Amino acid sequence: MTAAVWRADRGEALDDLALRAVTRPEDALRSDEVSRHAVRLVVVNAEPPRLEAFAALPRLLARGDLVVVNDAATLPGSLPGRTADGRGFELRLSGPIEAGRLLGVVLGDGDHRTRTEHRARPPRIAAGDRVTVAGLPATVASAAGRRIELVVRADGDALWQAIYAAGAPVQYAHRPERLALWSVQTAYAARPWAAEMPSAGRPLLWDTVLGLRRAGVGVAALTHAAGLSSTGDDALDRALPWPERYELPRRTVDAVGETRARGGRVIAIGTSVVRALEAAAEHGELRAGSGVASVRLGEGYRPRVVAGLVSGLHVPGESHFELLRAFAPAARLERALALAAARGLSSHELGDACLIMPA
Amino acid sequence: MKIQGQGVLVTGASRGLGRALAERLAGRGARVALVAREVGPLRDVVGQIRARGGTAHAIVGDVADKASTHAIAGQAQGLVGEIAIAIHNASTLGPTPLRLLLDTECEDLQQVLETNLIGPFRLTKVLAGAMAIRGAGAIVHISSDAAVEPYPRWGAYGASKAAQDHLSKILAAELADTGVRVLAVDPGEMDTVMHAEAIPEADRATLQQPDAVAARIVQMIEDEVRAPNGARLVAPRWELVP
Repeated sequence: MTAAVWRADRGEALDDLALRAVTRPEDALRSDEVSRHAVRLVVVNAEPPRLEAFAALPRLLARGDLVVVNDAATLPGSLPGRTADGRGFELRLSGPIEAGRLLGVVLGDGDHRTRTEHRARPPRIAAGDRVTVAGLPATVASAAGRRIELVVRADGDALWQAIYAAGAPVQYAHRPERLALWSVQTAYAARPWAAEMPSAGRPLLWDTVLGLRRAGVGVAALTHAAGLSSTGDDALDRALPWPERYELPRRTVDAVGETRARGGRVIAIGTSVVRALEAAAEHGELRAGSGVASVRLGEGYRPRVVAGLVSGLHVPGESHFELLRAFAPAARLERALALAAARGLSSHELGDACLIMPA
Repeated sequence: MKIQGQGVLVTGASRGLGRALAERLAGRGARVALVAREVGPLRDVVGQIRARGGTAHAIVGDVADKASTHAIAGQAQGLVGEIAIAIHNASTLGPTPLRLLLDTECEDLQQVLETNLIGPFRLTKVLAGAMAIRGAGAIVHISSDAAVEPYPRWGAYGASKAAQDHLSKILAAELADTGVRVLAVDPGEMDTVMHAEAIPEADRATLQQPDAVAARIVQMIEDEVRAPNGARLVAPRWELVP
């Protein structure tokens, strides 16, 4: 724990704390899982920033606002594979499965307990090779470094059965124990499109969703194929997030239109929702239907549709922190993180949350 | 609610009422995910639906197994898209011949509750949220008159169905105004394997055919006025509209 945070624990005013500029809040933020019933929310734009229960969200928004969630379910996207000459690998799906095609990243021996960048190099796999994945025969359609596309030789029923039988959620070394598939799903997850959990929505309980509706706040959904957050390859990682598929229902487009017409604000639950909505508005009007989002959020990005964001807590140096800078300057985010650290919040993807909503 | 083009999940779909419901719904243009424990009979049903031009997919799974919940829901939505109609039809009597409650092993009662009550609850938990956000959906619990009448020897099954009826009503109350309808349907006595296991001496000629009951249940799903959210309906008393 940093000295500044230690002093905050003794009751020092937050403004004094902010003046000291906690530069490494990651030293102090916890990193354990928080029950989805007990998640806390840092209200980043309050002056000074303050903490609320996540369940207080309906009270923090205004009648006429609209909350948009990503209803993609999380795939069991970590799949065991084997080359024709018997060498093992891990395939991590990077997006939805379509017509028997699996797209993803190949990692070498070991499992998620080894940091991705320290994993053994994957066996050499080239286009045309025959491999097995989740126990099914597959042909490599293309391979570029660790990125790979496979075509599985099985019908759809057998493919999906094998994936759910052999697959596990993609996870990383900071959490050694195996996550159950149910622990990486939101309460409104539908089609299995996400390589990693759209985790900002994890604390959104039905009690809160119904509370939002009672408070006159709309709730609408889109589906966005949230991809991998790390591949273990520096060059690939620098290009993340890759273009990701989304589907925006007409009903949600209408809800956004009505919200803006009455002066309400659109609040995204997670950056995947921002990416989808902003991509769908790239050519002006928000368009319903399917698309591919290649929007890159960050400092200087001005969202056209989304006014506010609910996110997990991310510290400077994390790529996700940079995304949040589309909604708030780094100094304000750091101040909020200092409060989070002082009050024992968790920055784990299954941890606490923040609400960023510029006035 | 319309049936055409909807994603549907039916549990216990390899025989009896579940099979008839899957066939009827696929015949009406729904994309149907069929769940059952045994792959052979399940593939036969799927094959027959496809042969008639319907869209059907087989998911081998046991609703009584907690770890299968997301596997069933995930496979179903990977194969047929968002589920708009979920029919909890899979159920078990427990050991047959049926036993008096005081002769029922605790583990057998637990197993009956897992299949008939907790399994459907778990699947609903995974499927109903997306329906409610989208503002439309139907959840159908297949019940029994054993949920209402205290028939001796039907203790485990009757208690599980009574609890499921109440779960259905509370869920309906909690989801009021979301656009999701939660129904419980007593199908009446049908000429099925399950009925023969429970009452082997029954005169089969007096029993309804599962397909006739399925026709009524499909109408209940469609008819939001006569089958409102929270209703418990009895299929033989449902007036079939041609």
